[in-house]
Amino acid sequence: MTAAAPVHLGGERLMLDPAGVLFWPSRRLLCASDLHLEKGSHFAAYGRGFVPPYDTRETLLRLRSALARWRPARLVLLGDSFHDARGALRLGAEDGAMLRRLLDGIEAVWVLGNHDPEPPQGVPGYSAAEWRDGAFVFRHQALPGAVSGVEISGHFHPKATVPTRAGGVTRPCFVADAHRLLMPAFGAYTGGLDAGDPAVAGLFPRGARLFLLGRDRLFSVPARRRPVGRESAGLPMGAAPG
Amino acid sequence: MGTLPEPFAGWFAGRGWAPRPHQMALVEAAEAGRSALLVAPTGGGKTLAGFLPSLIDLARAPRPEGAGSLHTLYVSPLKALAVDIARNLDAPVSEMGLPIRIETRTGDTPQNRRARQRAAPPNLLLTTPESLALLLSQTEAGTTFGRLGAVVVDEIHALAGTKRGDQLALCLSRLAALAPGARRVGLSATVAHPDPLRAFLSPSGTPGDVQLVQVRGGAAPELSIMLPEGHLPWGGHMGLASMPEVYRRIREAGVTIVFVNTRAQSELCFQALWRLNDDNLPIALHHGSLTVEQRRKVEAAMASGKLRAVVATASLDLGIDWGGVDQVVQVGAPKGVARLLQRVGRANHRMDEPSRAVLVPANRFEVVECVASLEAVRDEELDGDPPRPGGLDVLAQHIMATACHAPFRPDDLYAEVVRTGPYAGLSRRDFDDTVRFVEDGGYALRNYERWRRLFRDAEGLVHVRDARAARQLRMNLGTIVDSPMLKVRLRGGPVLGEVEEWFVSTLQNGDCFMFAGQTLRFEALDAMTCVVTRGGEGDPRVPTYAGSRLPLSTWLAARVRDILHDPARWQSLPAPVRQWLRLQERRSALPEPDGLLVETFPRGGRWFLVAYCFEGRLAHQTLGMLVTRRMERAGYGPLGYLATDYVLAVWSAFEPAGMDHLFAEDILGEDLEEWMAESSMLRRTFRNIATVAGLIEKNHPGQEKSGRQMTMNADLIYDVLRKHEPDHVLMRATRQEAAGGLTDVARISLVLARARGRIRHIKLSRVSPLAVPALIEEGREWVAGGAEDALLAEAAALVDEATEGEEVFAETLAQVTEGVRVRAGIVDRPRHRDRGRRDRASRPVPRSITGR
Repeated sequence: MTAAAPVHLGGERLMLDPAGVLFWPSRRLLCASDLHLEKGSHFAAYGRGFVPPYDTRETLLRLRSALARWRPARLVLLGDSFHDARGALRLGAEDGAMLRRLLDGIEAVWVLGNHDPEPPQGVPGYSAAEWRDGAFVFRHQALPGAVSGVEISGHFHPKATVPTRAGGVTRPCFVADAHRLLMPAFGAYTGGLDAGDPAVAGLFPRGARLFLLGRDRLFSVPARRRPVGRESAGLPMGAAPG
Repeated sequence: MGTLPEPFAGWFAGRGWAPRPHQMALVEAAEAGRSALLVAPTGGGKTLAGFLPSLIDLARAPRPEGAGSLHTLYVSPLKALAVDIARNLDAPVSEMGLPIRIETRTGDTPQNRRARQRAAPPNLLLTTPESLALLLSQTEAGTTFGRLGAVVVDEIHALAGTKRGDQLALCLSRLAALAPGARRVGLSATVAHPDPLRAFLSPSGTPGDVQLVQVRGGAAPELSIMLPEGHLPWGGHMGLASMPEVYRRIREAGVTIVFVNTRAQSELCFQALWRLNDDNLPIALHHGSLTVEQRRKVEAAMASGKLRAVVATASLDLGIDWGGVDQVVQVGAPKGVARLLQRVGRANHRMDEPSRAVLVPANRFEVVECVASLEAVRDEELDGDPPRPGGLDVLAQHIMATACHAPFRPDDLYAEVVRTGPYAGLSRRDFDDTVRFVEDGGYALRNYERWRRLFRDAEGLVHVRDARAARQLRMNLGTIVDSPMLKVRLRGGPVLGEVEEWFVSTLQNGDCFMFAGQTLRFEALDAMTCVVTRGGEGDPRVPTYAGSRLPLSTWLAARVRDILHDPARWQSLPAPVRQWLRLQERRSALPEPDGLLVETFPRGGRWFLVAYCFEGRLAHQTLGMLVTRRMERAGYGPLGYLATDYVLAVWSAFEPAGMDHLFAEDILGEDLEEWMAESSMLRRTFRNIATVAGLIEKNHPGQEKSGRQMTMNADLIYDVLRKHEPDHVLMRATRQEAAGGLTDVARISLVLARARGRIRHIKLSRVSPLAVPALIEEGREWVAGGAEDALLAEAAALVDEATEGEEVFAETLAQVTEGVRVRAGIVDRPRHRDRGRRDRASRPVPRSITGR
């Protein structure tokens, strides 16, 4: 049995799903971030190797099961939904049909991200630079500084490593404090940035809680800060975000 | 036996030497145009034997500068060896006044020299498999190698059976196409089975086409076992209890190499010796994670006689002859006879004098293993793995490299490839699928056709698409894939070496660890560098490296079983070990050579099951996963297990029974398939294969800093491919390599076959003497793949328990669960450790030795 974990932000109850999506029951809103559809074909097109071309299919299958589980009225995709601006044009016929089937009867909101700054062509739903609902704002990348209300964002692909007696176990994770929630990346080919990296940790000056994705449940641990060199706070190990 | 022509005969005579029979044999083989494999112990003038025919030929018919001047190509697994051999050849060539130009070509060769070599190749070119592959991918390779007369492959035993060996075999087949006349010479240390090496070297893939020249004997090595004076440890692998005795041996001899089995062990032993070093002997450290400069410095100091001892890992197994090494000390069990002999041979490289070596077992089981190794050496029984088929990932790289050189016809290339030893059994389907993989990924979903890397013309010739694809191939050539490493740099100082990314991720600011022979304090992570300062408080940790421990070889395992079972053979064992075994005989039973001894007993509220399989840690680890799965279904509630080289120990909530079922052979069916697919071993294999095959790009130094996109995570690709196209050629290659290459599955089936109907289950009321070493072993080797979630849950629960919910997560957890911490009870420390000794730990190590 897969168990989602409730968190309370801005007086609202949100469900964090180990699949890496967020559900807001009172709004029947499902949120997923950083799908990076057509990342495989992007690599092939730019001569960076022929990775298996099934990533879009796989991501859509995951999305299908999340949709079946929560049955939302609205789906907010938090940006970088396609790996690049031309991604939607490379979408295969079958995958395109599947995407349209999935979104049938659902209001899809395509929040724009740095990888897909233009509204995607030929997909159902509408685009927005950011999306608000009361005190909640959904945007691709968190704005530094204090948050008024609650901010839900993606972009960084947070992940974390937990030491266990058999070595470190690394998983994508949600990062949250009372005002801010960072979503893990949902796409099949999305790597991650360590949540201890200053780019992420800097958004949570008073500390944060991490929720690592497990197969059937989340594993909640406090964030720990990684010491940083004087020289630079450059990109750490792991894939570059976004 | 013939005689040497002048000026060679004169040169030999001038030195008071006579050419040795094997040197003459190689000259004769060359005159007849035959390929030959020379198998000889170290110190037999092997290298000169390999080159002598080429020198004679070039003296007779000099090749002036210009196209076609390349006469002999020499390939060595080590860059340093190529450089050293070039230097050694200079002496005879200049003394005889021969008109021969000798040059090296490695990854370190500067660009301008490469260009010059391209325009005017030397007569003798000394290189590595990687550099050779690069040379062959160039469009002018046909002119460069067209008149090649000979290829000399050094340390061929270290290359055959590895991916580098696969690459070299494919390169040799290319050379055969470009220069059909070239004969081949292989130089090998003593091996158990020369025929696979002959097949590897052979132009037809069959051993018969290569003449075997074998040099027997030399003086037999003098081997002995040394125990610590005090208590013989029950467990542990570091051997630190014996360091006072090792230090004494160093002091009494001229020059000593202290070989250890892992890099962590080398750091610990080095520090222990340094604490004991009241005479300030120059002792250095050498292992594969130190910077190249530092290693070269230590090697140079060793060569010039400035050192009394060097503590080394396998990084010194091969390499330059130092001549003056008086003894080798092997700390920890040698794990394999061939490896032991290779190491022992590093002492005293003169063939007619014996090499001297001391084996220092770290615990009681290792004593038995050391005795078994000694017997095997005495009986001249060597171990060696059977040849394995060549990897499809290496083939993919080769296909691309071939296309970069010139358009090829698939039929011709297939015919060429199956003439090599490693690929003799390659099916046409695997070959064609590999070509298609190189072309456009070769997926059933043909999405990528418009971006193909290769294209076919109307005549069926395969071309590379453009210069960019070729450039990319050349950047990524090679078959060595490193695990993610971070550089260790002194703040404001030099880089000391590398540690695994995972290890750094467990460090907190201010933690200290041992590295490069010093205690370092972790200051910060700066991009891809771990910034440290010297010194630090508290017990230092030691970086460990994945896969650094070699498992016990099958041959040695059988000998260990034989000794244990037969009290008549115990007289060669030291008294404490004999007593230990007698106690075991009385309390339980001794493991039999055929059959399987399984003990069960309660302890600390759990039930323990200990199976004495003796098939090596990797095999036991896999077996542990399978047996616990079965115990789970049988309702015994397994809680965890542990694998050592000798035993498998499982603990459970309820008393296990029905051993015949738990260890039945059908365990290798479905369960294994399922486990394999999930296992981290398969993922690691896939990662390597995907990198070598060119599916994902290698990380190049500096790339991260320049902000270039990182490569795609291989684990994500594996998951997607496994689900959507499990029969893709790369998945087939992964399964083939994991099942055949690692051989542990074969070893598990050996255990199970032996056990069938012959399981001796002994129920005990408490732990048996033989089980003790396993139970005090570190419990870190639990898991792979699917159990990660269980570990995460355990870790999260442990934190809650230890902190009562307080948010001091990582520090506590690292203390509770982190593996190699140097504190009493886990790692055996040298004796006499008092305050005075501890103070000596801070004695500065001379700069010249650690490269500070």
